[in-house]
Amino acid sequence: MNIFVCVKQVMARDSVLRPNETGTWAVDDGVSFEMNEPDTFALEEALRLKERHGGEVVAITAGPARSASTLREALAKGADRAIHVEGNRYVESDAYATAQALAAAIRREPHDLVLTGLQSDDAGFGQTGVILAELLELPHATIIMEIDASGGQLRCKRELEAGWFQTITLPRPALLTIQSGINKVRYATLMGIKRARRKPFRRYSPDELGIGEPVHQRVRSLYQPRQSKQTEFLEGSSQEVAAKLLNKLRFEARVL
Amino acid sequence: MFEFRGVDFMEFDSLLSEEELLVRQTARQFVEDRFIPLITRHFREGTFPEELTAPIAELGFFGANLDGYGCAGLSNVEYGLVMQEMERGDTALRSFVSVQGSLSMYAVHSYGSDEQKARWLPRMQQGKAMGCFALTEPNFGSNPGGMITRAVPDGDGYVVNGEKTWITNGSVADIAVIWAKVGDSDRIQGFLVETDRPGFTAVDLHNKLSMRASTTSAVGLSNVRIPAENVLPGAKGLKAALGCLTNARLGIAWGAIGAAMACYDCARQYAILRTQFDDRPIASHQLVQAELADMITEITKAQFITLHATRLKDRGRSHHAHVSMIKRGNAAMALDVARRARDLLGANGITDEYPIFRHMCNLETVKTYEGTHNIHTLVLGSHVTGIHAFT
Repeated sequence: MNIFVCVKQVMARDSVLRPNETGTWAVDDGVSFEMNEPDTFALEEALRLKERHGGEVVAITAGPARSASTLREALAKGADRAIHVEGNRYVESDAYATAQALAAAIRREPHDLVLTGLQSDDAGFGQTGVILAELLELPHATIIMEIDASGGQLRCKRELEAGWFQTITLPRPALLTIQSGINKVRYATLMGIKRARRKPFRRYSPDELGIGEPVHQRVRSLYQPRQSKQTEFLEGSSQEVAAKLLNKLRFEARVL
Repeated sequence: MFEFRGVDFMEFDSLLSEEELLVRQTARQFVEDRFIPLITRHFREGTFPEELTAPIAELGFFGANLDGYGCAGLSNVEYGLVMQEMERGDTALRSFVSVQGSLSMYAVHSYGSDEQKARWLPRMQQGKAMGCFALTEPNFGSNPGGMITRAVPDGDGYVVNGEKTWITNGSVADIAVIWAKVGDSDRIQGFLVETDRPGFTAVDLHNKLSMRASTTSAVGLSNVRIPAENVLPGAKGLKAALGCLTNARLGIAWGAIGAAMACYDCARQYAILRTQFDDRPIASHQLVQAELADMITEITKAQFITLHATRLKDRGRSHHAHVSMIKRGNAAMALDVARRARDLLGANGITDEYPIFRHMCNLETVKTYEGTHNIHTLVLGSHVTGIHAFT
């Protein structure tokens, strides 16, 4: 099975972020980067499918030069090769532009399965995988918790709301977006890190893939959440006040 | 307390390659996920979490900077970063990995025959055979050349008699690197001694107040008969034994930085969260800030000098006095940071709810093992004056 896993490099989760000069993204100088956490589960799932059914795992990203290190991490964990669509435009890009870059590279190769994380830790669109499926003209399913690829088709467990699940069957090839936390992500072994250096690593510029610069979405402004304090006195009898308080805790503060 | 994300005041990471960062990430995540949740109980009970031996081996930590035999072949900088992260967890973890790789496997790798290497190194890398390194004796610590353990030629082999102590992993080892004088000469030689040979005993030393999660043993050799093929052919003279120690000592220098980082990071977070006097964080007080400023300055200095010394080693430009300098300096620095960090936590600083006191106790050992602070002072003194002052 030829499995493509889309991974994104994002700023580390506990980074101290501040808006850049244009107010459209966060300053990334001096910030450390890591693989988008939801994508680590997709990668792990791909590696497990390969261990069960054989084939190849290809890690792919659309991102600036620095995101090569995230692909290197995927190789160290066991991906067989990597593809980097390199461009600074993918730092602030919208889900469509990213999906377009990924699709242009994946389309060139045989693929049985494309996996993505459910969403990214930075922009959090949750759309890249879905748009990518449309561009590749693949059937897709989201929020996948289990994949059974033992038959010719893909039998998958999807998470719905309120503890409900759906079991669906898709033909191959297909695209699945993977729910976080469904597996225990492996560490890169030290031997794996050393082997990664010798694995195939393909770079594309957007031009090589014939991608223009479509912008469907633009960030107008980005700012720190404003802290504010508000005091409200609840009036009425003790019972009325208790009822109002309960209402507020439940529906405004959402702590109950 | 939050997840440990490292200590980097002056863009230290910008000097590290992609691979070096990945190696550190693996070690850091392993320690955070698998080791930190266990260490408090093991330190209390005086035990090592032996169930971690298999994952430690699988991830490639044993003999990680050696080439071949299934070893990862890390550079010394990469290996140093691993040691730093291990000791950020606990000195016992770093020592466990370091005695296996930098002392025992290194001795076989550097001084062993091809047969010895093929027989032992793959199994040691996989954690299926554990090693220990026995040089120190009850009456010969800083002066190992005075050792009285002897290997007397007998037929086609040797008979070994003597006593070794402070041997990390002595009782868990399958194979011991034993240093002994040959016949009635003063010539020191390294031997491989399987620990199941009759006459070999290892008794654990209990009641330690430091490195409690590390197995430390006294090793007895009473008429232990070994064949001639157990001689480590290249391990001739005290110099060979000291070569192993110089190699392992580099890991100690890095490890001490890890322990210091753990203490600093804990104290910094604590100082920001803990409030006193009008509900202000104690980090807003000048005396507390002075402590944190001193700590981060010393840690940062240690990081850069240690990285430089290790890059020299990777380029084949390292001198053993360089290693003495960073081992001595970093251990003393880390102990000082630990004591200051403990102060910032007040009474909480003495409990094992926080890692600081545990590190502080461990660092008392780090200061005096693999060459005491004072012995390294004399190494440096001798290096800069050309005059030995050991006796």
